[in-house]
Amino acid sequence: MDFFLQLLINGLSIGFLYGLSAMGFVMIFKSSSVLNFAHGEILAFGAFLFLALATWAQLPIALAFVVTLAGAFVLGFVIERIFLRPLIGEPLIQVIMLTVGLASMFKGGMLLVWGGNLYTYPEFLPEGLGVNWGVIQVPPVYVAAVIIGSLFLLLFGLFFKFSSQGIYMRSVADNQPAALSLGVHVRRVFALSWAIAAVVAGISGIVLGIINGINVHELSSIGLKVFPVVILGGLDSISGAIIGGLIIGLLETFTGGYLSPSLRDIVPYITLVFILLIKPYGLFGLVEIERV
Amino acid sequence: MSEGKLLVINNISVVYSDVIQVLKGVSLTVEKGQIVSLLGSNGAGKTTTLKAVSGLLKPENGKVTEGSILFDGLPIHNHSPEMITRAGIIQVLEGRQPFKYLTIEENLRVGTATRWGKPYRQDLDMVYHYFPALTKRRKTLAGYCSGGEMQMLVIGRALMAHPRLLLLDEPSLGLAPLFVREIFQIIERINRENGTTIVLVEQNANMALQIATYGYVMENGKIVMEGRAEDLRENPDVKEFYLGMGAAGAAKSYKDVKAYKRRKRWL
Repeated sequence: MDFFLQLLINGLSIGFLYGLSAMGFVMIFKSSSVLNFAHGEILAFGAFLFLALATWAQLPIALAFVVTLAGAFVLGFVIERIFLRPLIGEPLIQVIMLTVGLASMFKGGMLLVWGGNLYTYPEFLPEGLGVNWGVIQVPPVYVAAVIIGSLFLLLFGLFFKFSSQGIYMRSVADNQPAALSLGVHVRRVFALSWAIAAVVAGISGIVLGIINGINVHELSSIGLKVFPVVILGGLDSISGAIIGGLIIGLLETFTGGYLSPSLRDIVPYITLVFILLIKPYGLFGLVEIERV
Repeated sequence: MSEGKLLVINNISVVYSDVIQVLKGVSLTVEKGQIVSLLGSNGAGKTTTLKAVSGLLKPENGKVTEGSILFDGLPIHNHSPEMITRAGIIQVLEGRQPFKYLTIEENLRVGTATRWGKPYRQDLDMVYHYFPALTKRRKTLAGYCSGGEMQMLVIGRALMAHPRLLLLDEPSLGLAPLFVREIFQIIERINRENGTTIVLVEQNANMALQIATYGYVMENGKIVMEGRAEDLRENPDVKEFYLGMGAAGAAKSYKDVKAYKRRKRWL
């Protein structure tokens, strides 16, 4: 029973991070219908930037965190400006291939600087953050993962629900010609969604880095893992991404714990295949509001 | 007459995808404070004319290849929709296009995109004042509203931008006759009370000519007739082809439709 609870908590925390990174992926897809294959690399970049700032530059942790997020924001913005914007209006497949190219480019760049080694962050989470209720022990990292994850989820939720810029972003996802006709700056919305997606990826990169260590290959493979997550949750649903993330996270840890650790990484993709067979729009994909 | 020209379209040609010519030398003038209606059958080029003004041709790969469009004396043809909307021209698209997954109130807030960061409370009240039916549905997803409510919503949403020139593309499309009357009354009120200049594209020529001050008739990408609305209403050709009256003035009988087809004079 202890083991079950432990796995449950680990699974939920990891799943939460998957959900968070999938959220960034969904955001780009929703606003511009682009599947971003470079998502994992942006995530890894966030983790490495934080590493560089925390160890090489010796910045205080909180400051390093904020600077990393700012850096990710700028990165997302720049990617959209330089690479995506010239392709607006081109067939989607070319844009998607571009993100595949970007992925290799970023990965190569990071390998060049940091190599394929496994790094770890210095210990900075206070011991007191962990939860210790007799049978259930939650390491501080997982508590931090859940806190940071929920905090940003809430923040983005509020942003999309109440802020004008958030509402404009949703309007572009909803009906682009109508948004254009009202003067919504569609290109700015694209840039903003890339920037926010990069921030979200950066956050999950950092937290996953704290949990599993930082390694280019390991972290960028998360980019592929968002596919089962978003397919499960429905490609266009942000809350679906979170729930999909939780499900995949749980499946992974339970398989790893009860069956075999080597099966762990395969399970998400098996789920992906089955979900596509049974419910191709995902569990929470938008039910099209049809009016005749 | 030359004082209050808000929009001058000067002999424009519009080509889609570099090959398909849709407009062939269209010219029209809209004075400040007027309601100008643009009539014509399907495919005449009415919507394209509006899109040429609002800049929405661009995303559809269309282009103004000849002529010019002046808004308040400044050329705006082939400018981006972002610039044109900020200059004060808002187009209400054909076929009611609300943001289905946004609530009514959020839809209206998108209308403030050209004035991002400015207060909008008062404008919301203004829209609810024109369209009281929207008030009690402000928290409903627009996708679940009725066709009439959607039409009110998209017009209201455009008003949120404080347009100086409002381009309405077939606001009566697919609405119940009673409701069409109400929408047209509201359009007239908006024009009268806010002083908003309006270009109205319509199939419902009868209603459009009742509230308009001036009218143009389009056919095959050209303007074939223009005049004051009351003159157009009396014109025998307009009567027969757009108002559904026989040449003699009596309502046309279905019996005669096939037997004798009068050709439009300008073709």
